Amino acid sequence: MKREILEQLNQAQADHTPCVTLTALSTGSTRFLSCEAIDRQPSDLRQAIESALASDRSAAVETGEGRVFINVFNPPLTLIIVGAVHIAQPLSQMAVLAGYDVTVVDPRSAFATSDRFPGIHLVEEWPDEALDGLTITTRTAVVTLTHDPKLDDPALDRALNSKCFYIGSLGSKKTHSARLTRLEGLGHGAEVLARINGPVGLAIGAKSPAEIAVSILAQMTEALRGQPSS
Amino acid sequence: MAHSADDIIGQCLAWQDEGLSVALATVIETWGSAPRPVGSQLGINENGDFVGSVSGGCIEGAVVEEALDAMETGQAKLLDYGVSNTKAWEVGLACGGKIQIYVDPVLAS
Repeated sequence: MKREILEQLNQAQADHTPCVTLTALSTGSTRFLSCEAIDRQPSDLRQAIESALASDRSAAVETGEGRVFINVFNPPLTLIIVGAVHIAQPLSQMAVLAGYDVTVVDPRSAFATSDRFPGIHLVEEWPDEALDGLTITTRTAVVTLTHDPKLDDPALDRALNSKCFYIGSLGSKKTHSARLTRLEGLGHGAEVLARINGPVGLAIGAKSPAEIAVSILAQMTEALRGQPSS
Repeated sequence: MAHSADDIIGQCLAWQDEGLSVALATVIETWGSAPRPVGSQLGINENGDFVGSVSGGCIEGAVVEEALDAMETGQAKLLDYGVSNTKAWEVGLACGGKIQIYVDPVLAS
């Protein structure tokens, strides 16, 4: 394959746009297809590509021109963490390892420092402004960690109005119950509010910030990939 | 923006920028129990350094050899791996699955 294809893949990932490569396995020729180019494919191939993208599964398919491999490159997963608190430090690093582009939002400049979050995209704005400026897709997870209503509530409000695949909010059962009442006041019904995982994370008895980060990332993974098979 | 730890495409481009030959191996199809899903990739440079994976470590050694050969010839190839009777511990899959791998040299522009 030509180097140009790798450059196009890299650019599409940076631009957060889905794309595929098509390899004709009989001839060995590989093509890069952007979203626009996918639309221009013959209908049977286009359907196979769209189904592969929707399920996030690459696949070899038989076509009129022989066996073709569709390799899916969906945009990177993104994680928005509200609250540059202690748990956010291990969570942001672990999420990067798991393939997420991570943004940490906190208007308190003492918390959101690059020393505490090396290599992580930091936004020092109030969460309502920050989230309005970020792209939230079906491949986005939103986690609030401040348990301060001023900071968490506007972020949760934005998340509930989005198609993000996971919402988690730190806080005890009591804190969470009060939070739900406030969010109900903003017009969110019970079914919508049930999208919030609170108290956040899988119940694995996590105590330290890093352990809590593991439980949150595990719950995000479960939401993304489906229920455990066992 | 932070990058994922296994930015395979980015690493392949970086190797080529250093003047190294590069090939990309991709899982095309799996049958039965297979450790890595279809689409998983392994990037290899001419020194035999690699990034990513196409199995749980069972066949990477063999795929790297094939990739070095593909870099020499400039030809892509389709490889099948399954449980081998006599050499299962060398290039077969202990899990009992079968994998088809496409090894493609990346041509510098």
